[in-house]
Amino acid sequence: MEKFNVFASRLLPKEDYVCSGHRACQGCAEALAMRLVHKALGRNTIAASATGCMEIISSPYPETAWNIPWLHVAFENSASVGSGIESGLKALMRKGRIPKRKINVIAYGGDGATADIGLQWVSGAMERGHNMLYVCYDNEAYMNTGIQRSSATPLHAATTTSPAGKTIGGQQTWKKNVPEIMVSHNIPYVATINPSYPFDFMRKVKKAAEIDGPAYLHAYSCCPTGWGSRPELGIQLGRLAVETGAFPLYEVEYGKYSVQEKVEEFRPLKDYVKLQRRFRHLTDEQINASQERLKQEYALLLKKEQMSKEGD
Amino acid sequence: MPKQDAAPKWQDLALGCATLEPGSSKYQKTGDWRSSRPVWNFDQCVKCGVCTVFCPEGCLSIDAKGYPQVDLDYCKGCAICVTECWTGCISMEEEKD
Amino acid sequence: MAVRKGIEVSLAVAEAAAACDVDCIAAYPITPQTHIVEHLSELVNDGELDAEFIPVESEHSAMSCCCGTAAAGARTFTATSSQGLALMHEILFIAANLRLPIVMTVANRALSAPINIWNDHSDIMTERDAGWLQIFAENGQEATDMVPICHRIAEDKRVLLPIMLNFDGFIVSHVVEPIICLDKEEIATFLPIYEPQQRLDIDHPITMGPVGMPEVYTEAKMAHEAAVQNSYEPICEILEEFGKQFGRTYKPVETYKTEDADIVYIMMGAAAETAMSWVDKVRDSGKKVGIVRFRLWRPLPVKAFKEAVKGFKVLCVVDRHFSPGGAGGPVAQEVKYMLYGEENAPKVVEVVAGLGGRDLDYDAFETMYDKCKKVLDGGEVPPFELIQARGGHYGKI
Repeated sequence: MEKFNVFASRLLPKEDYVCSGHRACQGCAEALAMRLVHKALGRNTIAASATGCMEIISSPYPETAWNIPWLHVAFENSASVGSGIESGLKALMRKGRIPKRKINVIAYGGDGATADIGLQWVSGAMERGHNMLYVCYDNEAYMNTGIQRSSATPLHAATTTSPAGKTIGGQQTWKKNVPEIMVSHNIPYVATINPSYPFDFMRKVKKAAEIDGPAYLHAYSCCPTGWGSRPELGIQLGRLAVETGAFPLYEVEYGKYSVQEKVEEFRPLKDYVKLQRRFRHLTDEQINASQERLKQEYALLLKKEQMSKEGD
Repeated sequence: MPKQDAAPKWQDLALGCATLEPGSSKYQKTGDWRSSRPVWNFDQCVKCGVCTVFCPEGCLSIDAKGYPQVDLDYCKGCAICVTECWTGCISMEEEKD
Repeated sequence: MAVRKGIEVSLAVAEAAAACDVDCIAAYPITPQTHIVEHLSELVNDGELDAEFIPVESEHSAMSCCCGTAAAGARTFTATSSQGLALMHEILFIAANLRLPIVMTVANRALSAPINIWNDHSDIMTERDAGWLQIFAENGQEATDMVPICHRIAEDKRVLLPIMLNFDGFIVSHVVEPIICLDKEEIATFLPIYEPQQRLDIDHPITMGPVGMPEVYTEAKMAHEAAVQNSYEPICEILEEFGKQFGRTYKPVETYKTEDADIVYIMMGAAAETAMSWVDKVRDSGKKVGIVRFRLWRPLPVKAFKEAVKGFKVLCVVDRHFSPGGAGGPVAQEVKYMLYGEENAPKVVEVVAGLGGRDLDYDAFETMYDKCKKVLDGGEVPPFELIQARGGHYGKI
């Protein structure tokens, strides 16, 4: 578990920029992740939202959960809209039309908006070097439209378009590694974050905002509705995802890897999957095979970290 | 724009159908969704505030005495606070009506 | 000082955008629009234009990016054509309903398939319903003058809508013409610094692009419809003001030699210029023909159009696009909509021609004339026809 002073939580900023009254499902850890992102970013922030859960829960007219300027255009293009906002502010500040000050520009989308339909837009915005932050809230399927599989859905997970059928059991492909794709863009900062580790989470969001140039954050976001997990278990599942190696926490700063909340001994993956209805059709062999692959990926991650240190 | 009870005419909409009042989701009392509510045993509470961090609704805050308090207008009753409280001082109580 | 110089129209348009002191340009290459944005990036990189040039990864992204720059409060310009415009389709509607005053030049080009880089109006006509204001320029001078006019219209507090400035790909965009180019100082006297009515501002946070439930969607659409319709008066005022200031007055609907005409051609874009010289030629041989040209297409200038065609016997609507298996060409559909139920309404002969770069030449206008003459002489109004299709529209397959 994240080592933090038990009273440190009181040091978090009190201000919320995603307000109560939003319409996320009971126990939505994605809404929590978004709340924490904006707690870390603070008031001087402008957000561009993709279509998805975090858009519809926060903006049904005539109410808004947002306390900061916020713009939704479409599903696939929030990164591009964000890059436009960043460019617009840059031009207007340079021309003296608006006061010069530090404004964080954040674009965000779900895993569908990031890994599938919007991958090109995210790639373009990151490649062009805009001083902005992109956050993928990854709940591992298209939850807003009714739990369809995305390329970020984990192997074997049952969704409404990868159901646990009699002959084909759930998702047939391994989760697409979007953070690694972003690392390949040679951007200054890429990190994975998980609201079960709020201090690591907030630190990374702040770093992403402060760093000059594009930053990409990939946020683990438990979805009780889509995963068939109990709403009160969202934070525990987040910890289990890290402890089983299913969602390693790491950051890549100017190409240098470092791993957080390092796992010395993996918790059995079964502890994680058994709490989720989407995995209930899995056999022990399938779980073990996935665990092996996760361990291999984790080992590779540690090697990258080691190589980063050797490069210093 | 204040919360309007009557549905707006098109002439009343802001440019581009923008929402001009920040944080106006406060008019949505999502507490209606709840079937049970969190209750604190302050004898056990050590005022660490962990429950306030993990609340997806942001409806937990710290009162003047340092104890957590819940805004039942918004609490959806997910019970994450119950699971995350390491002193075990929070329990869920079923809503009566 | 304005100078008249020989210049490629695309470059003149780019220089006009630069003289408008645009803040942001997001664009993606596509023929025949490319020279415009190439020249703008040149001006930015040479330090002659203080703007952000955002070389995005697709037209969809270009329009998305323009939504961001305009919402941030920046004067925003872009350009596209054909497939690029089609790729933007989704975002066009959103930009319009968000009321973002983006100016986009469209060098009109045919839509695939087969892939064809030459001129017709299939790209723009499929975006009729996007909720943008739409203007058609017929030559280089007009296209160049329209750039500051479009910014002024789009940013007018009574309008606040995005606007597409159309001119024919290659036929206008790539031609070197003598053009009077207004400089930055002159344009500044006509086009004030853009002061957005609302923008993404951390001191006044607003939520743009909310979810519109069934309870509000109709009202949001009505508000947009009202904005487009009500833009007509400001557009006329601005066109007139430009005329007073710079001596070139443009009207929503233009007429040419219609005073005593029997047959009037309804046209848009550069083909109207060819038609004018054809009219000059055949008038000597006694053919009483004239031309009415739409400059403004959205909002549809209903009153001005009806006024312009009042009393004529036959209208020949020349469409550069059509709806396969549908009601013919879009311009003809709307012309008939405007005339339906009118007393002594002219008969409407519909032709589709000039597709994918097929020349609209004198022969084509003669063919149209023959069709119209039969109707003028009491013949039945024929169904719409692709008059230039070898084998004939209704020939056996």
